[in-house]
This record gives sequence, structure tokens and C-alpha cells, in this order.
Amino acid sequence: MSSLRSITLATLAKDIRLEWRSRDAINSMLFFSLLVVVIFSFSFDPNAEESREIAGGLIWVAFLFAAVVALNQTWARELRNQVLDAFRVSPAPANALFVAKALGNFVLVSLLEAVMAPLFMIFYNLRALGPAWQLIPVALLGTWALVVNGTFFAAMSLRTRSREIMLPLLLFPISIPAVQSMVEATRIILAGDGSARFWIVLLLTYDVVFTTACLALFETILQAE
Amino acid sequence: MIAGGMKRAFPILSILTALLLAYAFYEALWVAPMERTMGDVQRIFYYHVPSAWTAFLLFSVNLVASVIYLVRRSAKADAVALVSAEVGVVFCTIVLVTGPIWARPVWGIWWTWDLRLTLTLVLWLIYVSYLVLRRFSDSSQTPKLAAVLAIFGALDVPLVYFSIWFFRTQHPQPVIGGGGSIDPRMLHVLLINWLAFSCFAFLVCWARYRLEWMQREVDEMESVESLQGATR
Repeated sequence: MSSLRSITLATLAKDIRLEWRSRDAINSMLFFSLLVVVIFSFSFDPNAEESREIAGGLIWVAFLFAAVVALNQTWARELRNQVLDAFRVSPAPANALFVAKALGNFVLVSLLEAVMAPLFMIFYNLRALGPAWQLIPVALLGTWALVVNGTFFAAMSLRTRSREIMLPLLLFPISIPAVQSMVEATRIILAGDGSARFWIVLLLTYDVVFTTACLALFETILQAE
Repeated sequence: MIAGGMKRAFPILSILTALLLAYAFYEALWVAPMERTMGDVQRIFYYHVPSAWTAFLLFSVNLVASVIYLVRRSAKADAVALVSAEVGVVFCTIVLVTGPIWARPVWGIWWTWDLRLTLTLVLWLIYVSYLVLRRFSDSSQTPKLAAVLAIFGALDVPLVYFSIWFFRTQHPQPVIGGGGSIDPRMLHVLLINWLAFSCFAFLVCWARYRLEWMQREVDEMESVESLQGATR
């Protein structure tokens, strides 16, 4: 158990250090989602009342697209110098690698959200009419929902041709209930109409179900060569 | 020997299926009573519903075959999974096409984000992505990846169901209710059609399975030959 934790932490620390030095993923994600926000605001004329209804959708679609940018780079780094092969033959548990990668992506996407969410609020003149603190569990659960499956499917698409395009094709259909939950919960909180509890519980269920599935099946995917 | 027996059984089953389909067609268009409010448009129901049942049946077969593949690593289970997904997507497409054709004159709209419609569409999307994965992955590990994706898809279905169910109770749609009774004669025609469609689906799956199996044998022989050529 302790080896699982230490390997996870070591891999996570390595990834974060690499990202900190290059800042490739975070910069491209930030700029990408900024572009999405600006293009959306040209496509929909954002006035306060309507934007409250649609902002939940816009914000999460922007994050979903931006997350794919980061997720696609998750494993690319490990392929270059056969690191993945080395990992495969090492006695380290496969799930340590998976958890580290998923957590790394989680940190990245959360960082992106922390920067972009205030910008969204400014551009669309948003002010939550419901309990704003509930946006935090929605964001955390929603980000994990995207990232856990995204990391898994990115590992799957390593074995395919044109893997960059493969990831969204696999991830988006499976993510439909998660995206709907995030969007609806955010809309309800922003517009202050009713309780978002059902959606938060559904997101939590989604996270539990798919985290379990990923942990159970990642070994199979990693060994697939 | 078994293959020889199969070869003989195949044309017999084809003829039986053709006869059954013809009989079901006759029943659906002439024998079944006219629906009082919808008229003849309602008869698309005898194609729409059996296709849906067949598609869902095939997707279940796909899930079971995928699980069997992951447990036993049997190539046959993988071929069954592939074939059932392919034919299932075809039947699911029929459902998604016949539905709007019926809905336009009856509901006045082509499409609505109703529970069953949305669920069928999402299921279709999941299985199309499954087929795309199989097409784009050319390593020998395709079966493993596909089986894993099939399990993820199956886990997703109940979550999709609940999300749409709750969404719909919040936003009522202009849709007819689920309840109501059906004329026993209509039910009879429906079941005959379903039987015919299931036989047809089975037949197509069988043909496709044999094709897939032969393709694999050819691939295997080719790779063996190229290896032998390389060592020579």
C-alpha cells in the first residue's frame, strides 16, 4: 500500500515539475479556453438574464474542450523515451500510474477553471442567485468526472491511429450524463431556481462508478500492446 | 463437419426468414387493424418497435460477449461482440430514422428530447464510438480495448437514464403518455414482426460472423507467410 502511494506521489511530482518547467499544457489550455469564451460571447449576445441560463453550458463546454488538450498530452510524454514500456515491465502497480496521471490532470484542469471562472463571471456579468458555494463541489466533482475517464481513454487511444482525434470521440459519448449534470447544476445555482442536489448526487455517482471501473480495468489497458 | 452442417443450415434459415418477413409484412400492412386517430402512419410501429427491441437485444449480446472476452480471452466472443455491435447499430439507425418519420405527422415535430428518444440516441452514439475505436485501432489489442469500452458504455446507460428522466420531469415535453392499451390483434402483428426481425438480425449476424472469421484466418495466414518469407 505504501509503495502504491509513494509511486503515485513520485509520478505526480514528476509530472507537475515537468509541467511547471515547460508550461506547455496549461498555457495552451488557458489560451484555448479564452478563445472559446470570446467566440461564444460574439455568437450569443450576453445580457445578464439570458446569460445566466446559458452560462452553465458555455463554461463547461469550454472546459471540456480545453481539458481534451491537456488529456491528449498525458501519455505522449511517456511514449517518447519508452517510459511506458519501462513502467510495464517494472513491478510497480499499474493503478499508481493511473491515479498519478489522473490527479495531475485534475490539478491542471482545476487550475484552468480557477483562472477562467472569474473571467467568465466578468465577461457575462454573472452573479449567482442561488447558493454560490455549491459551485465548488460541482466544479470538483465535474472536473474529476471529465479527467478520470479522459485519462483512461487517452491511454486507450494510444494504441490507435490518429489518437488525437480518437480521445474526444471516445470520451464525449460516455461523458454525456456528467456534462448534463454539471451544466444543469451550474444553471440552477446561477439562476437560483430550485435545488441542485439531484445533479450533484448524480455527478458523485458517476465519479464513483467510473473511478471504480477505471481502476479495475486500467491494468488491462496498460498491458495491451 | 460442423462448418459443413452450418453451410446447409444457412440457406434453409435464409428462406425461412424471407418467408417470415414476407408474412410479417403482409400482416403489418393488410391484416393489422387501422389505428383510429393516426391512420396508416401508425403501421410504421410494426417496424420501429421490433427494430428497437432487436437493437437492444444485440447491444446486450455485445456486453455479454465483451465480458466473456475479458474473462476468457476467447477470439470467438470478440467476433460475436464486433458483429452484434455492427448489426445493432444498423437496427438502432432504423429506429432513429423511422421514429421521426412517424413523429412528424403524429406529434407535429420530427424530434423531441424525450427520455426514450434521447436514450436511444446516446446508445447509438456510444456504439458508433465503439465501432470507430475498432476501426481506428489496428494492433492485435483491439479486442481488449473494445471490450473495455463496451463495459464503460454499459455502465453509462443507467446514468444517462437517470439524468434524462430527472431532466424530463422538470421540463415536460409535448409527448404522448407511455400508458395505454394495445389491440390484441396489433400486439399479435407486432410480435410476428419482432420474430421476423430477430431472425433476420440473427441471419445477418451469422453471415457477418463467418465473414469476420474468414477474414481473420486470411490475415493470420498472410502474416505467417510473410514471416516465413522473412526467415527464408
